[in-house]
Amino acid sequence: MAQTVIHVDRIRKTYGKTVAVDEVSFDVHDGEIFGLIGPNGAGKTTTMECVEGIRQPDHGTISVLGLDPFRDVYQLQERIGVQLQQAHLQKRIKVWEAVHLWATLYKKPVSDGDRLLDQLGLTDKRNAWFMTLSGGQQQRLFIALALINDPQVVFLDELTTGLDPQARRAIWELVRGIRARGKTVFMTTHLMEEAERLCDRVAIIEHGRIIDVDTPQHLVDRHCPGRTVLLETEAPDAEARFRALPQADEVVRVDTRFTIRGHGDGVVTDVIGCLAEHQMRVSDFRTELPTLEDVFLKLTGHSIRD
Amino acid sequence: MLRGLLQLTWLEFKIFMREPLGAIGTIVIPAVVFLLVGRAMGGRAATPGGGMFLRSGLPVLVSILIATSAVLSLVTIISIYREGGILKRLRATPLRPQTILTAHVLVKLLLTAMTLVLMVLAGRRYYPVGVAVPVVSFTVALLVSTLAILSMGFVIASVVPTARFAQPIGAVLFYPMIALSGLFVPIDALPQGLRLLSRWLPMTYVVSLLQGILSGASWSAHLGDLAALALVFAVCTALSARIFRWE
Repeated sequence: MAQTVIHVDRIRKTYGKTVAVDEVSFDVHDGEIFGLIGPNGAGKTTTMECVEGIRQPDHGTISVLGLDPFRDVYQLQERIGVQLQQAHLQKRIKVWEAVHLWATLYKKPVSDGDRLLDQLGLTDKRNAWFMTLSGGQQQRLFIALALINDPQVVFLDELTTGLDPQARRAIWELVRGIRARGKTVFMTTHLMEEAERLCDRVAIIEHGRIIDVDTPQHLVDRHCPGRTVLLETEAPDAEARFRALPQADEVVRVDTRFTIRGHGDGVVTDVIGCLAEHQMRVSDFRTELPTLEDVFLKLTGHSIRD
Repeated sequence: MLRGLLQLTWLEFKIFMREPLGAIGTIVIPAVVFLLVGRAMGGRAATPGGGMFLRSGLPVLVSILIATSAVLSLVTIISIYREGGILKRLRATPLRPQTILTAHVLVKLLLTAMTLVLMVLAGRRYYPVGVAVPVVSFTVALLVSTLAILSMGFVIASVVPTARFAQPIGAVLFYPMIALSGLFVPIDALPQGLRLLSRWLPMTYVVSLLQGILSGASWSAHLGDLAALALVFAVCTALSARIFRWE
């Protein structure tokens, strides 16, 4: 088991009567991408900001790299890199000026700013004002700033919100690159696809409570073991044969199109075996795997976008 | 951290100069207005009454207005930074809050100094002041006054929710203070209630100090003013440190 880098134990944070974070506990291991996922307002950002030392939980304990984030905040800031949700820089600060300023703020030898800009594709924008950058460029600059002190842990809060799909994919690649350099990434997102593709492990949070923590695959296997086969065939007795399959829980037929739902991988094998055995002609065949989106729906009773 | 402070100060200065009207609005326009007023009133400086106001009233008024507008612009910048999440972003670095505020204060002091130098140069040409002005003492007195005004600005900057509120709140607080400071109407000539009120307003002590020092009075004659302003500075800085909001 990898070393624990972040340890969060039953933290609670209230704003007036609103409970933002309620008895949240989890661990983040060395070198992994850990995602906190949930809808807007679920408590993701509050949790993350407590771990970064920007907010103090009402109670509960947090340890990051062996430090107490709130008490040792300046010591911690030297060793972590942070990208905040809805943060901005001065409108008329130039890209290189921001990188240069950040580089002077840290004690220890820092990453080469120009190389960072190059790796993040910002070399052309060195002299551009912050206000003239596109959303994706601003986020890439924030990643550069988060990496400038060669941090051990990088915090990314809703990194790709508001970006187009292409920019989003480019950012995902960058985040994988951060992990490849041996750093730990702690991120939040309300995009299930992002969590599924990027995170080694995720914690699902809703109404300030953690519902479950595991790898995306394990979460899907545990909560949504079902498989769905969609196929199209004109074979006369297809419906009866599919219904007879032991692992098929549900068969829905619309004309020649069938939807067969079952539990576990077995149902797919069963359907293929049945098709082969009776030499049924199939004009379309595909399977649908449940996703984190389905897990979320199952665990919370509603879609993440509601 | 000193490197960070200097770096941030220089950067904020450059950024301010890039604002549309940034340099012109803060440095050039006051000097131009000063010059125009000087041309219009220049002839009257010779008459005994006009000379009095030009000699002791106008320099003090101008100094206070410049300091106040610098403070208001500081308040506005801090609230813009707060609203825009810039303060929050700077906070998530090893930068201390004091460092960020100090950088802005230094920028404002630098700009104020530049404005004043320009005005003094302009004033040489049109005003009879500057002949017997104790420049060093007056500069020190003005610095003390600016810090006191600045500390009041910090209190406003700590709490105003948005930039749109910053300027009006500052104006509503500062301009009446200046009106009651004894600069235009002697405090003894004010109605009883206002007279009492003006004794509680920091600006009254600023005016008393600046006018006294400008007319060549010794520092020891103004220990009361200095003590009052030091108290204002101490109370306001402590208060704003307690109530400062990052977002």
